[in-house]
Amino acid sequence: MTELADTAPAAPLIKPKTSKDDRIMVGFILVICLYLLITLAFPLYAMLSKSFSTYAFDLTNFEFQVNAGDGWSEPFSAAEQNDKIQKFKPKDLVTSSDGRLATTEFFPDFSFRSPTLYRLRQVRGDTSFLFGTERVDDTEWHEYSSNDFRRIVIRASGDTGLDNFRTYFSTPALFRSIENSLFISFLSTIITVSLAFGFAYALNRSTMRFKGLFKLVAMIPILVPSLLPGIALVYLFGNQGMIKGLLFGESIYGPIGIVIGSVFFTFPHALIIITTALAISDSRLYEAATALRASRWRTFWTVTIPGARYGLISAAFVVFNLVITDFGLPKVIGGQYNMLAVDIYKQVIGQQNFEMGAVVSVVLLIPALLAFGVDRYVQKKQVAQLSARSVPYVPKPHRQFDRICLAYCSLVAVFIVGLIAVCQYAALIKFWPYNLSLSLDNYNFEVMDGGGWDSYTNSIQLGLYTALIGTVVVFVGAYMVEKVNGFFTTRSAFQFLAMMPMAIPGMVLGLAYIFFFNNPDNPLNAIYGTLAIMVICTVTHFYTVSHLTAVTALKQMDREFEAVAASLKQPFQRLFARVTVPVCLPSILDISIYLFVNAMTTVSAVIFLYSPDTTLASVAVLNMDDAGDIAPAAAMGMMIFYTNVGARLIHQFVSRKLVRTTQAWRGG
Amino acid sequence: MLPRFIRKSSLLACTAAVSMLAFGQAAQAVDLTVYTAVEAEDLARYAETFNKDHPDINIKWVRDSTGIVTAKLLAEKNNPQADVVWGLAATSLLLLKSEGMLEPYKPKGVEKLDKKFVDKGAVPTWVGMDAWVASICYNTVEAAKHNLEPPKTWRDLLKPMYKGHLIMPNPNSSGTGFLDVSSWLQMFGKEKGGWEFMDRLHKNIARYTHSGSKPCKLAAAGEIPIGISFAFRGAKSKAKGAPLEIIVPEEGVGWDMEATAIIAGTSKLEAAQTLVDWSITRTANEMYNTGYAVVAMPGVAKPVEHFPPNLLDKMIKNDFEFAANNRKAILAKWLERYDSKSEAK
Repeated sequence: MTELADTAPAAPLIKPKTSKDDRIMVGFILVICLYLLITLAFPLYAMLSKSFSTYAFDLTNFEFQVNAGDGWSEPFSAAEQNDKIQKFKPKDLVTSSDGRLATTEFFPDFSFRSPTLYRLRQVRGDTSFLFGTERVDDTEWHEYSSNDFRRIVIRASGDTGLDNFRTYFSTPALFRSIENSLFISFLSTIITVSLAFGFAYALNRSTMRFKGLFKLVAMIPILVPSLLPGIALVYLFGNQGMIKGLLFGESIYGPIGIVIGSVFFTFPHALIIITTALAISDSRLYEAATALRASRWRTFWTVTIPGARYGLISAAFVVFNLVITDFGLPKVIGGQYNMLAVDIYKQVIGQQNFEMGAVVSVVLLIPALLAFGVDRYVQKKQVAQLSARSVPYVPKPHRQFDRICLAYCSLVAVFIVGLIAVCQYAALIKFWPYNLSLSLDNYNFEVMDGGGWDSYTNSIQLGLYTALIGTVVVFVGAYMVEKVNGFFTTRSAFQFLAMMPMAIPGMVLGLAYIFFFNNPDNPLNAIYGTLAIMVICTVTHFYTVSHLTAVTALKQMDREFEAVAASLKQPFQRLFARVTVPVCLPSILDISIYLFVNAMTTVSAVIFLYSPDTTLASVAVLNMDDAGDIAPAAAMGMMIFYTNVGARLIHQFVSRKLVRTTQAWRGG
Repeated sequence: MLPRFIRKSSLLACTAAVSMLAFGQAAQAVDLTVYTAVEAEDLARYAETFNKDHPDINIKWVRDSTGIVTAKLLAEKNNPQADVVWGLAATSLLLLKSEGMLEPYKPKGVEKLDKKFVDKGAVPTWVGMDAWVASICYNTVEAAKHNLEPPKTWRDLLKPMYKGHLIMPNPNSSGTGFLDVSSWLQMFGKEKGGWEFMDRLHKNIARYTHSGSKPCKLAAAGEIPIGISFAFRGAKSKAKGAPLEIIVPEEGVGWDMEATAIIAGTSKLEAAQTLVDWSITRTANEMYNTGYAVVAMPGVAKPVEHFPPNLLDKMIKNDFEFAANNRKAILAKWLERYDSKSEAK
């Protein structure tokens, strides 16, 4: 179109005519845009503004009078007094909402035994002070003996500014977490991507046996919450661990545990991406290499690696993002090793310091956004690499190589199955390590923290609702944005909003929801504390991947379907229901199972949102572990695992049945 | 902000007045939303016992750990959802009180309670139920493996032999952790002595946990020989068969109490007052006694199984005002000194 405009500037710009269908479709897009604004953009904005909401002691608002037996002095403010005695610098006056400052600090020669009398008042009524534990917020003069005066503390008042960030970066215990988080994420990324590459290489390039089994096993970690490997590691390498000798005296609580666990739970994510990258490699390049008598080794470095490089980079950033934003694992096994995501939890739940929680969230957003940006950039390149003339590579048998591959994959499989098996074993032990008899006591969740069996049924409800509502919203959104004509700005705005959730760490999203939905002025306040808010949050949290799956499926469908339908005067909804949905059914089912499994395992986003009526199984795992009930936590984690396995089996069965009835045309 | 608040509260007052006019004193089932941090396994029993005397009030429990309930109440400050808080740490209630979130009320029979357990205000804003007391959980089996001797005092824990064998809760995330720290400051010196003690203790600590009950459960599971936790948790693990000894250090132990208060602005004031009245009766105190060895009404408590007998005498004279008003400063100082243990090398 621009070319047309360039070459023939005089001609009037031809705009494709938008039909009634297009306008209805744009209406849909706008509705889903609005949905994403409300569930994503507004909460994030609320969180951002919270991070700038500061508390400081407003010394100008407090006035004293002193009577040392020779009559009352002139009133003077705490600020004047502070200037005189040079006690507090401005940065000392920055605090949080629960900050307290003793008034005696302003009187260097204060003695509670002296007969001196003190008076205190507030100039404006927007601050308060405490006499002991009694709150005073009027503007009257209050008189105290010196023995009483020492019990007075003034409270901070609210303001806005950058003070929270200043406090954060001047508190080593806080900002060191950035370094820790980056270090752990880098290390885990390198290990995971190397391991996953080897595994994918074996699956793609060897003719070893049991490939199907290995593929299944490699996907197991997706089905469990990220903190479950942490629990398994405690049983393996903790002080009472089964094989703790292997650590040579190092403690599993800390970086070692976090890295091992991270490798476990990110492995399948990396594997999927790398397998795809290896699968699209062009067989003709290998033929050329063979013709040029390049060695296997040389071919590997000059053909395989360059071919898969975008996949590797993409996998690296996805893993990096998963590790740095994960909360459950470092919480369980991190010991004293502070990570950003855990800091958010500690600030909010431990100290009720919501402002500092928001600051850490903003800090955590930066690496996550960067990783996301690079990943998007690389993914675009990857698509460009595909060509229609590529010939898929077919591996040839090679006995020694196949054996090595089999050994390697078996080792990885043992690692994955081993951790899961340990959890199941631990869940069945009566009282580790003193009473090793088997029992089902640990499944008696009613007497533990975490909400009992209700949390399990709640999780299933959350999973089902998320799968149902999420799939509908995502697929309709993707359809509208793919098939509507014109409205370029609206569509790109929508695309941008749909990509955003991937870059937002779950903890940040959850915290943002508190700030936004728990505001009494928000008309949507009523959904706070219900299952609905968790469904919305989970749909939004996992929106991007679902959206991309739907778009990929829709791209397979020629746009001519729409043109034909229009020329036959068929409304788009009819086409949508009769053709589009049946054709894309496999992808639709994939989206719903993806949403279900993630809703069952997610912890980070919902940890701030559940209420006592809506406790979740994944959160129960965390809370039971937190309370020291580690075996029941393992038991609940395994319940999630079995449920997800069951869901996958049903998904497999339904897919197969439906594919037979709706996808018969593909075979032809 | 202010006008809206006034409008809201007067509206609530009107609604309350209207509903009272409409229903009079007739026995009408009332739903009370009660926030609590009481252990999950005790809640049903509490409600049942209460309903024996007051079948017309339904308790809707909202339960979570102390930190989360406090965070929730503070987050809902301008839009309170709770009518009553029954069973939350007094230190948390003091925080709520300083925010003006609690409705002062003098429950019937409050004079029968131990004075320690009642807010000092002219009209008390909260009344205590029971106390939970710090203790050391000592795993005899694991300790023997490492040739440890049982500590008798807090200062014993500073001995080099305990290095790496101690776990305590992080006061920044655990109320139990904070009551330990605040008691050490009160016993050993608020300015210097307490911090010197903690500096040396820190060298022996393997790691700090998020929750207060975890050190004891870890000790019970043999993950660590010694967990600094609270007596109640230790007694429960011991009852389950863990090789634990519950040690009460001779210098004295810190404690906090579970307490009850009415949330200001509740539309169900009358029912809320009925509940608070009941929460300090003899029946209620006997009910608390099944889990807690120390309750608010003197002379009620019977010894609880596996509880150390000398616990009551060792409770320090806890200065809640000091703890509440210095909490922020103490936690900041603690964070600065100890919260980056792994980097300290």
